[in-house]
Amino acid sequence: MKYDFGIDGIALLLILLTTFMGLIAIWSSFSAIDHRQKEYYVLLLLLQTGMIGTFCALDFFLFYVFWEVMLVPMYFIIGIWGGPRKLYAAIKFFLYTLAGSVLMLLSILALYFFNDGGIPFLHIIGLGNGYTFSMLQYHNIGHLIPVGLQMWIFAGFFFGFAIKVPMFPFHTWLPDAHTEAPTAGSIILAAVLLKMGTYGFVRVALPMLPQATKKWLPFIIGLSIIGIIYGALVTLVQKDMKKLIAYSSVSHLGFVMLGMFALNPMGIKGSVIQMINHGISTGALFLLVGIIYERRHSRMIADYGGLAKQMPMYATIFLIAALSSMGLPALNGFIGEFTILLGVANRSIWWAASAGLGIVLGAAYLLWLYQRVFWGPLDNPANQKVRDLNRRELALGVALVACMVWIGIYPKPLFDMIDKPVDYIVRKVDPGYFDLQQMPVPPPTTVATVEATK
Amino acid sequence: MNSILLLIALLPLFGALVNGVRAFAKPLQPKNRAVTNFLAIASTGLSAVFAAWVAISYQQPWEHSYFTWIPAGIGHVTGGFLSNFGTDFALRIDPLSITMMLVVTWIGFLIHVYATGYMAHETGYTRFFTYLNLFMFMMLLLVLGANYIVMFVGWEGVGLCSYLLIGFYYEKNFAADAGKKAFIVNRIGDFGFILGIFLIFNTFGTASYGRVFALASANPLHYSGVATAICLLLFVGACGKSAQLPLYVWLPDAMAGPTPVSALIHAATMVTAGVYMVVRSNVLFRLSPVAMMVVALVGAATAIFAATIGLAQNDIKKVLAYSTVSQLGYMFLGAGVGAFTAAIFHLMTHAFFKACLFLGAGSVIHGCGGEQDLRKMGGLRKYMPQTRWTMLVACLAIAGIPMFAGFYSKDEILSGAWGFPKFGPAIWFVGAAGAGLTAFYMFRLYFMTFSGSYRGARVEGIETSEPEHGGHSLIPDRTHLDEGDVDLDKGHGHHADVHAPHESPLAMTGVLMILAVLSIFGGWIGWPAALGGSLPTPFQRWLEPVLLPLGGHEFHFHEASIGLEIALMATSVTIAVIGIFIAFRFYKRDETFSIPNRLATRFAPIHGLLTNKYYVDEFYNATFVRGTVVFSRALSWFDANIIDGLVNLTRHVTVFLLGYGSSLFDQFIVDGAVNGLAYSAGASSRMFRKMQTGFVQNYALVMGGGIVLIAAVYLFLKP
Repeated sequence: MKYDFGIDGIALLLILLTTFMGLIAIWSSFSAIDHRQKEYYVLLLLLQTGMIGTFCALDFFLFYVFWEVMLVPMYFIIGIWGGPRKLYAAIKFFLYTLAGSVLMLLSILALYFFNDGGIPFLHIIGLGNGYTFSMLQYHNIGHLIPVGLQMWIFAGFFFGFAIKVPMFPFHTWLPDAHTEAPTAGSIILAAVLLKMGTYGFVRVALPMLPQATKKWLPFIIGLSIIGIIYGALVTLVQKDMKKLIAYSSVSHLGFVMLGMFALNPMGIKGSVIQMINHGISTGALFLLVGIIYERRHSRMIADYGGLAKQMPMYATIFLIAALSSMGLPALNGFIGEFTILLGVANRSIWWAASAGLGIVLGAAYLLWLYQRVFWGPLDNPANQKVRDLNRRELALGVALVACMVWIGIYPKPLFDMIDKPVDYIVRKVDPGYFDLQQMPVPPPTTVATVEATK
Repeated sequence: MNSILLLIALLPLFGALVNGVRAFAKPLQPKNRAVTNFLAIASTGLSAVFAAWVAISYQQPWEHSYFTWIPAGIGHVTGGFLSNFGTDFALRIDPLSITMMLVVTWIGFLIHVYATGYMAHETGYTRFFTYLNLFMFMMLLLVLGANYIVMFVGWEGVGLCSYLLIGFYYEKNFAADAGKKAFIVNRIGDFGFILGIFLIFNTFGTASYGRVFALASANPLHYSGVATAICLLLFVGACGKSAQLPLYVWLPDAMAGPTPVSALIHAATMVTAGVYMVVRSNVLFRLSPVAMMVVALVGAATAIFAATIGLAQNDIKKVLAYSTVSQLGYMFLGAGVGAFTAAIFHLMTHAFFKACLFLGAGSVIHGCGGEQDLRKMGGLRKYMPQTRWTMLVACLAIAGIPMFAGFYSKDEILSGAWGFPKFGPAIWFVGAAGAGLTAFYMFRLYFMTFSGSYRGARVEGIETSEPEHGGHSLIPDRTHLDEGDVDLDKGHGHHADVHAPHESPLAMTGVLMILAVLSIFGGWIGWPAALGGSLPTPFQRWLEPVLLPLGGHEFHFHEASIGLEIALMATSVTIAVIGIFIAFRFYKRDETFSIPNRLATRFAPIHGLLTNKYYVDEFYNATFVRGTVVFSRALSWFDANIIDGLVNLTRHVTVFLLGYGSSLFDQFIVDGAVNGLAYSAGASSRMFRKMQTGFVQNYALVMGGGIVLIAAVYLFLKP
């Protein structure tokens, strides 16, 4: 039996994200996990294997195996080390994603049969190319699949991936899972696990099912825009910090999906970059909420206020993470959101305008959260003796902040990494995209834009 | 030169970083203020010197790209072309950016010096200068950027610094609220701005000024349609940042920040960024008469609207805040009627006299121990002579009295307005009436502060001769209520001992004197032709290279007959003098303010409307803010009960349909689902125990089953 294994720039970036955030997650658990530590770290490492494996797989068989392998350790991490409603959350997470991946399996099988013998009872004639699970093969034959079949295959993948993303309206497992998971679980869940869905779309759905992608496009764009605005509005009124950040993920992942389905290089690049950025920023926010939870055992916003006076370092790092999450220029979030919206606007300014509301609301919910937790008088006696960050926590925070600043100021290495793979995907899904003429150079004018030589 | 230009921007960033790390690393210990001062002042001072150097050695416009910032990829341009949508980190030097750079660095430097005196007793001293230096960096990016994206970085960056500095006294709820409000209202504007940038990309395939303006000025007819949309969107951004109707509401609240911040950010530099942006984009705006009209009308409406509110405010900083909103309206009015140079000219003179006014107000507040209520001042001319004289000069400048800077710039705007083809005289009249109101309320402020006799209690003031008291929190516990409005910037005043108001230290008064001098002579570079100057004026000639010809037609500065010019000037000066005279009658001649009090009683509804700022804040709160929150609550309920309810319902149905199936797989789902749903503690704990003891195999089995299934398919169905 033969299987394909390989990465391109997109997968590489996501693997880097996985390993980096995995390190952060493990290091963040030293004081948070006080029972059954051995099992905990075993499961975290198993989870890493599953995630990296999924990104490395160029073979549907492996892809599916690793995809399923990921579920189990996460199920136990939530179920054993989670909060008060951990069982409900763990089972919901497990079953919901499992339901999606079963449909994905059907789509994989449909592709598999189509490549050779066809699907007799549906009167679909195959290509006779032999049976293979190689994704690269399906990248090449994608446009040969009849549109009707593509639509169905896309539907199967859509449920598998959209639940994982999660797209509106398949997102309700997320707040529960995030709220109940231990800090490291939330970090991994937000930073990497959600990216499995978006990665699936960009690796599988777009290049393999180009016609179906275009037919499904209005539907997905609609869900993404609803997700962005709806997610942001629901985020605004959450009372639990972890739930708030979880809902903000729904909004942010809406951006990722929207950019991807702009189907042009800007949109897809932005989407990939935003996957990384969301991983770092939201991972950082979950880490920070975990830090205060360890000290005060409360996630309710109302229990806090004025923390900036007592915990200035913590407040500073939290502020930078929040600013990065709301897309402030010169931090990473902006690079992703800007590139996404640039691509989306290139397709339709109205889509960009609708999605842009999410940016305004993003500032609103994060700043409101920040104000209620860190500003105002420090009037809750329980908060008046809270310690500021210790060295380990400071190191974690500084590492994440360094990434945010670096990506915000010099993202070119990341863009270079994904440049070719993204062009490849654009060519697969829209072969004529690069056929137009290059824009002519503008005529000279009175203002010379000379390079200064001095 | 490239590296010098970069250095101008980076020096303040360096100061911010070092001070920032110092503040961050040991947040609770007092820092060495001399080090903080040195870093903050030296970095901005050096930056200002370099800026002057670049200005002096300027020969022709140039720009330099330092590195590729966002290589976004190939996009489609309207008309069927491909273009690289990438963005460089590039800076540009031309007369406009030089003007802005000089204003920002030099005023910024002066205010830094002033702040060392004003903030001397604050605990967050190093933090304050970190933010202030960071602001300088962002503002320099904004004005020096060579494309719209770099401008946008600076644009949002100054917004962040503004947020942090408004919320400097973060423990006070009003400061925290005001900071958040400023940021969010600005975000609404930025939303329009960035959509405008996207349209620019779609139309021109780039956001670089050089290419965009070259294309637009070469084919004006081709781009005139889309220019309207672009310009209106950009102008939404300008309305947010420059506090124009209907997005002005954040600026008066922003006075919660320390007074040097109000002077630097909320008067002299940041809030003028919108004007800069409109003038920078003048090629696009000139393509669209509709957009120009909108800019002119919004500017005029804001100018008069804010001026009327300024009439009835009693907080010294609030008066100045509304006056800033109003003056920004004048700048937009100027830009809208095509007097772009006049707008920048007024931006510059306004930076001088408004900085002087705010810093003077800061000096007054400092001297009166944190008092901001005009009714509790009076007679301060005795105690604070230097502050008094400098503020008098600045008041004359803003009122538009000849020989003072404001006269020349305001006159140029008004004369441009008169010549505007549509409703020109009407716009002029609004502008002139606003000027009269401005003269009145500024001198009301002046007389209430410095004339008559002192009305405050013997204040608990700050005492500069007691440096050992520095370092403890200056934020008083009491908040002072002023007609339902929270008094701002009560950071001064902490001593139990009581003494008279006093003059401020040299670091503050020295800066005031420099600014007062600029408030006189700063306007002379725009000496109008009607008074014996040249046409175009030296300032207009300087900025001319920025006003590109459209389709080969050179830009023409507005000119009118000398007789008309002089008549217009005489009229507006007369109106201003009348304003001053009324203020004199109301507030100087009569210590009890009997006339204004009588008027307030007789026209109580109008007075109430003005003191309550037309209830715009209340209206916004009741509609937009409240509406969003209520709608979000409803959505949140919908999410938890309907969408998630459907998920849970699916599970119930599944459980019901499958019943107690015989296969292990079924049993697992049923068991898991049923138990998961069970609310009884017993059921959950039983589940928990099972999970720990035996169910691992089930998962393994399920997984294994899947693998076997695929393997089987692979092995047996393969021919």
